[in-house]
Amino acid sequence: MLANTFLHEFQHGVHPPEHKDYTAALPTQRMPFMGQYILPLNQNLGAPPQPVVSVGDRVLRGQPIAEPKAFFSSTLHSPVTGWIRAIGKRRLAEGDFQEAIEIEADPYATQRLDPQPRPDWRKMSRDELANEVKRAGIVGLGGAALPAHVKYVLREGVKIKTIIANGAECEPYLTNDHRIMLERPQAVLQGLEILQTLLEAEQCLIGVELNKADAIAELQRHIKPDQSIKVVPLRVKYPQGDSKMLIKSLLGIEVPKGVRSADLGIIMNNVGTLAAIADWFEQGLPYIDRRITVSGPGVKQPANLLVPLGTPVREVLRLCGGLREDTKEVIVGGPMMGIPIASLDAPIIKISAGVLAFTDKEAARPQEYPCIRCGRCVEACPYFLNPSKLARLAKARLFEEMKNAGVGECVECGSCTYACPSGIPIVQLIRSARADISRKKGKSS
Amino acid sequence: MTQKDPKLRVLPSPLLKQPNTSARVMRDVIYALLPATVAGVWLFGVGALLVLLGAIAGTIWGEYVFSPVAERKIRLGDSSALLTGLLLGLSLPPTLPIWMAVLGGLVAIGLGKIIWGGLGHNFFNPALVGRAFLLATFPAAMTNWNAPAGLATIYQSNLAWPFLQGNYDMITSATPLGLMKFQHHSTAFSNLIFGNTGGCLGETSALLLLLGGGYLLIRRAIDWRIPAGIFLSVIVFSGILWLINTKYPDPIFALSSGSLMLGAIYMATDPVTSPLTPRGAWIFASGIGFLIVLIRVFGGFPEGVMYAILLMNAVTPLLDRITQPRMFGTPKTNPLQPGKKS
Repeated sequence: MLANTFLHEFQHGVHPPEHKDYTAALPTQRMPFMGQYILPLNQNLGAPPQPVVSVGDRVLRGQPIAEPKAFFSSTLHSPVTGWIRAIGKRRLAEGDFQEAIEIEADPYATQRLDPQPRPDWRKMSRDELANEVKRAGIVGLGGAALPAHVKYVLREGVKIKTIIANGAECEPYLTNDHRIMLERPQAVLQGLEILQTLLEAEQCLIGVELNKADAIAELQRHIKPDQSIKVVPLRVKYPQGDSKMLIKSLLGIEVPKGVRSADLGIIMNNVGTLAAIADWFEQGLPYIDRRITVSGPGVKQPANLLVPLGTPVREVLRLCGGLREDTKEVIVGGPMMGIPIASLDAPIIKISAGVLAFTDKEAARPQEYPCIRCGRCVEACPYFLNPSKLARLAKARLFEEMKNAGVGECVECGSCTYACPSGIPIVQLIRSARADISRKKGKSS
Repeated sequence: MTQKDPKLRVLPSPLLKQPNTSARVMRDVIYALLPATVAGVWLFGVGALLVLLGAIAGTIWGEYVFSPVAERKIRLGDSSALLTGLLLGLSLPPTLPIWMAVLGGLVAIGLGKIIWGGLGHNFFNPALVGRAFLLATFPAAMTNWNAPAGLATIYQSNLAWPFLQGNYDMITSATPLGLMKFQHHSTAFSNLIFGNTGGCLGETSALLLLLGGGYLLIRRAIDWRIPAGIFLSVIVFSGILWLINTKYPDPIFALSSGSLMLGAIYMATDPVTSPLTPRGAWIFASGIGFLIVLIRVFGGFPEGVMYAILLMNAVTPLLDRITQPRMFGTPKTNPLQPGKKS
């Protein structure tokens, strides 16, 4: 039976060591509320929402502090009860300065958020669903940060066949999706049911990598007999959680280049996104707490935490016993695609899946040798590009040729760079070339 | 808050790397060759060791002399020159004058690698470029074969002075392939397997070379498709000829004689000069196998591994272009007319 489910599995990819045992068995703990919170406005793809509070205002936990002015945008809520202390540029994980709202938590507030009933979702139209999800501040939590409601506004004539819950969690070290499936399987299933009902989808699939067998069992146990939801075990392989790869693995469909999966009748959401949708429709709880994994050899006490958005990485690490002295690199996100941070003041945002600390042993950049054309990157790239060629073109700044070689399809999963024995930072070369291309475009238009 | 933040580096992701490095791959190939090297010295004597050391000295000297000063350390550190020297040495006759081995090493690196732009940029296998140069320049010395004479042997010709050498009047014995080609004599399978025949100093023991190949496969240092493809195509093509007329060598003999093992496992698999794509690797390997059989049976030389590999090296850029994998989510394209739908 299992062999059959792997029939369509995406080809290529890599098998990095999983390292999930640091935190896989640790229940999620809630982080206490304290101190300052930094909430960048730009936490979603598209237009950032605009502040609706001013400095000195008192805000309540769950109260909107920035409202979207465009379709491609999402509401931002205050994660704590406290006071707006500043609105201005703050340094983020990427290292650049961006507009952010700084909130100081009220040390005497309870920070309790009572459930607030929402109108019955069963009676909603699709547009209302999209509006509600936008108001809840929910974005794609798998890493893309696409405002979640955008996917639910369908093109004319499109009929949704399948809704996919992405529980692959293929990034090493991270266990936050694993924990949400174990601890809140009903919320994940509820989110699926809401989407299935309102989008009139035929079936729902939950793709979970086999290293989370307990989560698979837990989800299966909670599926009601009348629900058309199926949990599909997936082989452990990176990048199984990439949306096009997961669609290939689950349905055997290759989403053509330049086509949205929604136009093929497929909608995919991360399991965390689904739980967040359930929370909003059942309890009126907006997206203000992020489930993260704090792990890696540089962290003294690895943990799964539920932290309010805007919590500085420094506070997260302090709660986990601090960093080991020989820590050399801290990454927000997973080790394959995460963002290395220069300062521990960077805040946790909606899509931060983890805080990982590495010592010299893991974070040592190998000596870079010339490309020996071994072809390992070619056999790693799940999009069947030729990464060695792209890297060579990027070094020569031949951007036009890079476009012809399919650089637009690259999702920067890092498989090529993982596989390269010559230590060439292929994906980094591609990233900076792309940044140059878009900068040039900006100038010319 | 009293604890000071550690000084953080901002190295881009992915942070994880598979443990194989290019230098480790080169070293693995060297380790894999050690049993065959020891056997070669054991069989052909100290003279063979001197030839080997001469070739290695030549390649390392070449890498040192021809590289820009700033890059010398890095280039020598990747062990590729050492490997080229070892491969060249193993493919030389044990009786070769040492100065020729050194010269071959210099040419292998200079002409085979550096003028193309260094490691990773050359089209042809450097060790084979060196060997082809020696064969073209000193055909007599390069085809002077000796039966294994034991460890305590130094051939007089080993110590010949550069360009002043006398004639070789020594007991020569033909290689199994030479015997087969010119006298239609087969050689016992056990001799081919254990290396107790005349030939290049590292090519004679098929068993030890296969053993090293197994190690390389376990270490994932070479692309398994290339030796597999060469073996298969040699079996198929020599098998066809043998079935037509049994005067042609049978597939088992074809596989276990000459430098086929050395070439298929250690030289054709050089990543730099073999195709990037799996499909390209299969075509490349079958081409080599086909050319080996063709040259051995119908050509002027008894052995064709070297030219087969060099010829297919030349085709590699073309193979890379026409075997580009189909990009995910795009329709199939005609490999011969890129951009056009087939």
